Amino acid sequence: MSNTSTALLSNDFIYASMALYTLAFFAHAVEVAWSVKTPAKSVKKTKLDFSRTERVGRLASAFMVLGFLLLTAGVIFRGISANRVPWGNMYEFSITGALAFSGAYLFALKKYKVRWLGLPVSLAVLLTLGTAITLLYRPSAPLAPALKSTWLVIHVSAAIISGGVFLLANAIAGAYLILDRYEQKGVRPIWAQKLPSLEALDNLSYRLVALVFPLWTFAVIAGAIWAESAWGRYWGWDPKETWAFITWVAYAAYLHARVTVGWRGRKAAWLCLFAGSTFLFNYIYINVWGTGRHTYSGL
Amino acid sequence: MSTVLDSRSFLRWCWRQLTSMRTALILLLLLGIAAIPGSLFPQRSQNPLQVKQYFVDNPTLANWLDRFSLFNVYSSPWFSAIYLLLFISLIGCVLPRSIGHLKAIGAAPTITPKYLDRMEYFTEIKKFDLDLAEKQLRKMRFRIRRDSNSISAEKGYARESGNLLFHLSLVLILIAVGVGSLFGSKGDAIVNLGDRFINTPTSYDILGFGKYQAEDSLPPFSLTIKEFKAEYDPATNAPLDYTLTVLAANPAGSKENVEIIKVNKPLTFGSTKVFLQANGHSPIVIVKDKSGKVVFDGPTPFLPQDANLSSIGAIKIPDMQPQIGFVSSFLPTADRDPIRGGFSSYPEVLDPRLLISVWKGDLGLNIGVPQSVYRIDTSKMERIGLKALVLNESYDFGEGSITFTGWKPWVNLQIINDPGKGYALVGAILAISGLLISLFTRQRRIWIKQGRKTQIAGLAKNGIPGLEDEIKKLVKELGSE
Repeated sequence: MSNTSTALLSNDFIYASMALYTLAFFAHAVEVAWSVKTPAKSVKKTKLDFSRTERVGRLASAFMVLGFLLLTAGVIFRGISANRVPWGNMYEFSITGALAFSGAYLFALKKYKVRWLGLPVSLAVLLTLGTAITLLYRPSAPLAPALKSTWLVIHVSAAIISGGVFLLANAIAGAYLILDRYEQKGVRPIWAQKLPSLEALDNLSYRLVALVFPLWTFAVIAGAIWAESAWGRYWGWDPKETWAFITWVAYAAYLHARVTVGWRGRKAAWLCLFAGSTFLFNYIYINVWGTGRHTYSGL
Repeated sequence: MSTVLDSRSFLRWCWRQLTSMRTALILLLLLGIAAIPGSLFPQRSQNPLQVKQYFVDNPTLANWLDRFSLFNVYSSPWFSAIYLLLFISLIGCVLPRSIGHLKAIGAAPTITPKYLDRMEYFTEIKKFDLDLAEKQLRKMRFRIRRDSNSISAEKGYARESGNLLFHLSLVLILIAVGVGSLFGSKGDAIVNLGDRFINTPTSYDILGFGKYQAEDSLPPFSLTIKEFKAEYDPATNAPLDYTLTVLAANPAGSKENVEIIKVNKPLTFGSTKVFLQANGHSPIVIVKDKSGKVVFDGPTPFLPQDANLSSIGAIKIPDMQPQIGFVSSFLPTADRDPIRGGFSSYPEVLDPRLLISVWKGDLGLNIGVPQSVYRIDTSKMERIGLKALVLNESYDFGEGSITFTGWKPWVNLQIINDPGKGYALVGAILAISGLLISLFTRQRRIWIKQGRKTQIAGLAKNGIPGLEDEIKKLVKELGSE
């Protein structure tokens, strides 16, 4: 198979996965919207029965898994088409990032039963893939000389996986803040009754961050080792490096705040959101508009 | 109370504040925030030209920004203050803890508390033999304090060890960064194909030494540029690969070895590394004066301006009377369009042009102000000619003639000696090991107390899950024996 046709095959897989994520999104939406028949007069007193939408919920999860598999195929074929790891430009970073994000979700789904997160996750993946294939798309091409290194595989995969998990923790922290606001006003709306307690959400986002913080540390260190061999210095305060450092510091602060100082709940959630947004800023702003040596977006 | 005591207790109060976790947390967040401006404003350490441009574009603003070191954020007093305070706070916190931890290594767990039912996990079961329980707990590698009717067991000391290792490694990294900036050297040299670079200070275009590094400490190697190959993708013009072949001798004059340098593969001499940083073209010209005598014959490195290596440069002939300067551009593959005029459409030399404007007068080389080798100060000069030369074409500008006879590639060698690098790497590896140990070790205590019934209780640090299962398993094992 020629390189071009493999690249086109990869695109087909990406489109197919988008179709599946769309189905997953709607299935999740149905699950949330129709989970309880009629609004009970007092949510507090009625025991809510969610069994009605259990099946559509499971279907949504099945769509998520299928979408993930198709996306995996899309990413792999993209790599085959260029005969390298598919991390050479912003389009490829984005599809792999979406893969890591939905992978992190599936991991959390299996381990922590977070199907309720499927709605925002499927939407975010869909938007990422849509942006990637329309605005960021670049034909499959060989790597720039500076990227030709084993460290590309090590550094970028570590960074992308940690990014996926960080953003998932962000989604949970966001959900925490929304639900917290409802609970302050009184009681959660019906659609949110099924979601875990605030404490569980708080713990969950902490656990995800604690799990992946060493990997992020490793990504930064691997980047430094690579920078040493490619650019002659292991740390040069390049904008990308600076923001990776800021993200690292922000998550370190989050972990300390939570473990040692005992911040829980709202304060911790805001700090988690702040840390996650520094990662997003680094990914979007610095890649597209930034200067410095990490300008591989191909835009 | 005496004032001495007052000031001493004030100092102690300050120290306690500084080493408190809250202060450390604030400093950590401050450090993150303080790093931001360095990514928004151009930095002298990375992009001095852009900083200069900033001063030209917004002189007033630039002066104010400079007053707050916003063009040198990472070496500014305020940034340094934050990280130094942070590290003092860190050391003040971690050292006492390390000592405490070292003392605790041999110590037995704490005495079993009186009331176990207040613990996170608590259960009562029928009586069983404490000796059996002790044996089982030892098998599970718990530390044990055995009293007549109770057992206090603890596991997961490594959590604190990892935690301390992580923080101490950060200090090591900071020291390594310091070593790298106080010792070591960093320089750039542009070398034409075929030329020999001898590693002495005069061979460099730019060279900087650490504060405490002797300037005669450069390793005495020499490099001869034998071949430079740049491959480009004909469809996108993007570079595919650069390969530099050199003849290396260490020390200069000894036997030469063929070595290959690539973008990700520097050449190493001890703690000194030679990197391939950039490349470009050096057009070769012959300049003759009115009498036909050759006054200049050779390559001049030109500075690339875009991905297709359109390059600018200056050929200066100070030995002619009057002095002559050629403000030039070199187009490796010349092309034209009505908007841009002449430009280069491919980075390799396929159809070269040398565009020159000839200036006569005073080059200003003798006034002692350092000048860019790529530009000419034409304020005291007069333009006497303008020409686009194809290969082997000559141009007579009245005072003499210039012939464009060829080109050579040049490479920019970056030669860096950072003796702190190894320590930084060791620090980084230790830090990540410590982090992994501390985040994935569960520290927990289990107590067993013999009363009318047997009480078992447990407590896990930070409420990490898994303790309940562990105790259930323990109870099951004991029951089955």
